[in-house]
Amino acid sequence: MIVESHTVRFDSLPLDNGATLAPVDVAYESYGRLNAARSNAILVLHAFTGDAHAAGIGHESGKPGWWDNSIGPGKAFDTNQYFVLCSNVLGGCRGTTGPSSIDPATGRPYAMSFPVITIGDMVRLQKMLVDHLGIGKLLAVTGGSMGGMQALEWAVSYPDRVVSAIPIATTTRHSAQQIAFNEVGRQAIMADPDWNGGDYYSGKPPARGLAVARMVGHITYMSDDSMREKFGRRLRDKDTFSFGFDVDFEVESYLRYRGLQFVNRFDANSYLYITKAMDYFDLTSGHQTLNAAMEAVSARFLVISFSSDWLYPSYQSQEIVRALRSRNCDVAYVELQANYGHDSFLVDVAEQTNLVRGFLASTFEKIA
Amino acid sequence: MTADTPRKSPFVRELLGRSDYAIIGDIVEPRTKVLDLGCGEGELLAWLAANKEVEGRGVEIVGAKVSRAIARGVSVHQSDIDEGLADYPDRAFDYVILSQTLQETRHPRQVLREMVRVGRRVIVAFPNFGHWKVRLSMLFSGRAPRTRLFPYEWYDSPNIHFLTVQDFEELAAAEGLSVERRYFLAGHRKIVVMPNLLAETAVFLVSGK
Repeated sequence: MIVESHTVRFDSLPLDNGATLAPVDVAYESYGRLNAARSNAILVLHAFTGDAHAAGIGHESGKPGWWDNSIGPGKAFDTNQYFVLCSNVLGGCRGTTGPSSIDPATGRPYAMSFPVITIGDMVRLQKMLVDHLGIGKLLAVTGGSMGGMQALEWAVSYPDRVVSAIPIATTTRHSAQQIAFNEVGRQAIMADPDWNGGDYYSGKPPARGLAVARMVGHITYMSDDSMREKFGRRLRDKDTFSFGFDVDFEVESYLRYRGLQFVNRFDANSYLYITKAMDYFDLTSGHQTLNAAMEAVSARFLVISFSSDWLYPSYQSQEIVRALRSRNCDVAYVELQANYGHDSFLVDVAEQTNLVRGFLASTFEKIA
Repeated sequence: MTADTPRKSPFVRELLGRSDYAIIGDIVEPRTKVLDLGCGEGELLAWLAANKEVEGRGVEIVGAKVSRAIARGVSVHQSDIDEGLADYPDRAFDYVILSQTLQETRHPRQVLREMVRVGRRVIVAFPNFGHWKVRLSMLFSGRAPRTRLFPYEWYDSPNIHFLTVQDFEELAAAEGLSVERRYFLAGHRKIVVMPNLLAETAVFLVSGK
């Protein structure tokens, strides 16, 4: 399945911080066909560093999408039955307007003059896209990690537009630990002299800082078990220590490689803005309690967490479930046994596939 | 003690391989909202949804069973029954079902109170520890009883609170619950006399004040 990205431009987008962004581009891809009743659309929401290319083989890149193991004919999100849509988030660097985009007022990249954005802003823009495509109700909104935050935001902000939600390995708000890891990443970028106050688009990007940020991120996405299994204490192309500070261990080599690879595809300022949006996200804001925040929610829910995910631990998913139950919402929840830590929702999808397939089929049946 | 007198056959058919399910399937009114505690793979809820248009929810502690229930389209959440009811609002369900699990809970009295709080009616099915075979097994062997319904060695048994038909009647009375219906079974036979001695399984339909 060869897929192409599309871009749509909107005149302006009002933001939570009071500013207005104008104009705004959104990059998106879609898979499968929208049925005549327009009742089979599923909005897939990507995690922190993802993009609109969720499935199929990219027309230009030749690469599979980030959730290609879950979206496609016969897969969890079966494109023989459903119309699946995915867009790059606001603040991103993969086709949707973000800090690396040109500010029409200056003719130069926004850089740090880009407004600080929120998960709510990202979702507002997605709703404009959904409206633009003529889709009334979404059969499902789904995503893992930051994608799960967006799914929750959708269900709370646009309850009459969402039939069901599948938030995976996510939270209603970041804990101190989650904010702390994001802050380490931000500080690594800003400490790199090449960052230059965010103004680096005509010169060298802060590659070292961004790579270190990514290395920390990767550690938090894995589990102790999966790292032991994958690397252990194995040495890289040698039998003895080098007694120096070049790469000795496999794990060092892996992290350096992933860090460098990341620099080629991701913008450092997007890293700053998007992590801040995640840290600001709090579903309870403006309400007394999480239960009160869920008051308008009418969607059916499937909440999934993973036993080895210590970055978004199961207790955070259980908080979502408890709040939904207190509103007597229709919610299914399971903690899947998986060894890959936070990454499980992307890599260990066999059981997740059965759950999603059954949940979607029964939801689709209910509205038919 | 009173018991419903069977009008036609003293035999009870099976539902999903279980005679207590057949009784529960009869009790539950169509188009109601049902919570099944310890729902396993959601078989009963799926049957009630398909045959009685019931809106069902389940609670189950074993993850693999929860997964299979969700995969068949039943809304089940993974939780401990002893803790899992606290979040529901009062009277959230028309029926709360606890089938063959009361004796496995840590705080059965508290569980019963919670069930009555979140459900207008409560259906409890449990194995009767007062059955004559249980009594004889203990009397003659001098060991923890082992019968068809209590097949476990004492150290492997999931059952941590043994109760009889009479015990449940007394607890229901102490809690001020009204017993609307009672059914007693031995295999597929309905028991009409001396249920505390003759019933292997009891099914109670109770409601709060």
